[in-house]
Amino acid sequence: MSARAVRRSLLYIILIVFACFYLMPVYVVIVTSLKSTAEIDLSRMWQLPHQLDFSSYADAFNHLAPNFWNSVYLAIPGTILSSLLGSINGYALSKWKFRGANVLFPIILFGMFIPYQSVLIPLVQFLDAIGLYNSIPGLILVHIIYGIPITTLIFRNFYAGIPDELLEAATIDGTGYWGIYRHIILPLSISGFVVVGIWQFTSIWNEFLFASTITQPPHQPVMVALQNLSGSQIVQWNVQMAGAFLAALPTLVVYIFLGRYFIRGLLAGSIKG
Amino acid sequence: MDSLQRMDAVPQGRRRRPWTWERAYPILTLLPSIIAIAIFVYGFIFWTGYISLTKWNTLTVNLAWNGLRNYALLFQQFRFQADLRNLLVFTILFILCCLVIGLLLAVMVDQKLRTEALFRNIFIFPMALSFIVTGVVWQWLFAPNSGVNLILKALGVKHLPQWYVDPTIVPPGWHVGQIQLGLPIALIAVVVAAVWQMSGFAMALYLAGLRAIPEELKEAAAVDGANAWQTFWKVTFPQLHPITVTTTIILAHISMKIFDLIYAMTGPGPMFATDMPSLNMFNTTFQGNHYAQGAAIAIIMLLLIAVFIVPYLVSAFRQEGRS
Repeated sequence: MSARAVRRSLLYIILIVFACFYLMPVYVVIVTSLKSTAEIDLSRMWQLPHQLDFSSYADAFNHLAPNFWNSVYLAIPGTILSSLLGSINGYALSKWKFRGANVLFPIILFGMFIPYQSVLIPLVQFLDAIGLYNSIPGLILVHIIYGIPITTLIFRNFYAGIPDELLEAATIDGTGYWGIYRHIILPLSISGFVVVGIWQFTSIWNEFLFASTITQPPHQPVMVALQNLSGSQIVQWNVQMAGAFLAALPTLVVYIFLGRYFIRGLLAGSIKG
Repeated sequence: MDSLQRMDAVPQGRRRRPWTWERAYPILTLLPSIIAIAIFVYGFIFWTGYISLTKWNTLTVNLAWNGLRNYALLFQQFRFQADLRNLLVFTILFILCCLVIGLLLAVMVDQKLRTEALFRNIFIFPMALSFIVTGVVWQWLFAPNSGVNLILKALGVKHLPQWYVDPTIVPPGWHVGQIQLGLPIALIAVVVAAVWQMSGFAMALYLAGLRAIPEELKEAAAVDGANAWQTFWKVTFPQLHPITVTTTIILAHISMKIFDLIYAMTGPGPMFATDMPSLNMFNTTFQGNHYAQGAAIAIIMLLLIAVFIVPYLVSAFRQEGRS
């Protein structure tokens, strides 16, 4: 073998070892969730099931289904509304720079770095006062508001890539502020909406702190229910694993089909990406 | 790459036209968001800060002035002292491992492989999961009589680590205040799970950085007789410096806020060996009804993050203003 071939093989071996590490939990989740309760044994975690048994999925689904739908009712409106808000904000900030925009924007952006514990007590008091405590609409409102910095950031950077000549031509034609947004910006925004939509959907679906403080049964989203399931002493761990798989499925499916946009969101969300 | 600078391409020449209502549209568009952020971020932080100075440590609201007493009590508490130690140790290990593994993976994936997309997707997919899912799964993987330990046992390891059940802190004998300084063994399992989830993020950023380095730079180094190793450390790595800074700051703020993973995986742990300020705040406030005490923890968390996020934002936007 040539030196190059040796180097290549070595590279592949190291990459495969790392890949095994990243896939190890997936293997355990799938293998365990397909075992029957009689077959699960901590000392035989790595063994394949003798025969496929889907009862743990049925069990987990029974536990989590109502919460799963709560998460759907939460994540879909939350994603749509916060994407729209981010889009018009990004348009205003990137295409109509006004004095003070460069001071205002970082002040808004700071909101995405704060630990949410530092707003949690007033938030609960506030939601209680307006009657939205322990409700999905309350949680949607929270995700829209605390999603403003990130959605605005991604759209602002996205729109900065649209040439200003396009807008200038429209201004000369007499098209106004909303006309330009409607006829020029919006049709060019599709991939921006995909990136922001995936980002918001994933974050809202996976979020736990707000969900666990603002909602109680039966309004809890799926991640809170999964945590309760895993904390419960009477639920077997094959059911917990099946539950983890079910709860992770929507974001995993999005990642598998739209991974490219997910990664663009990751990069855009890091400010300098 | 640098979207902050990209946005400076926006011309500023719209000013000279006569004032019309349209000129107010951008600010009117932003107004609802500005008001929301003003109330829900800044207003609520201010209110939390006020609560932290009161005697509201019961279920019923009591806003009588208590000065800095909640803070003073906190720093004397065993649990909070352990939190600060854990947070520091966790942050250092978490960032270091993510950066090193992320850079290593990025460089390996960047070798023009035919299977690049496959590996990249495998390394990044944990980012799409909830910390709760990660916590639930890794809790079983690090169960002392299962998972990882079965592999170690098969490899012939005699003294199996007890992972998150182990209250030991190494090295022994280094006491400050009420706590022992050092690395809590129980924290290692949490670091592994967190790195599993977040190292793909560092890889994605480094990969984008590697792709942005002009080929000519590396070619010039090769012409000068540098080998691949020298080229990497002398040419490529310095070019990646801004990426390292950005990644470190993003990871640091995630680390400071870490909550769900620990809540789902270990909870406070033996002798609070895996406890964090976030968890302490949650328990103190919503289970213990010590609102003022919880607010004080939240304010300390906020300050710990603001110390590096504010200079970061200021410098990022000052750069933007200059170019």
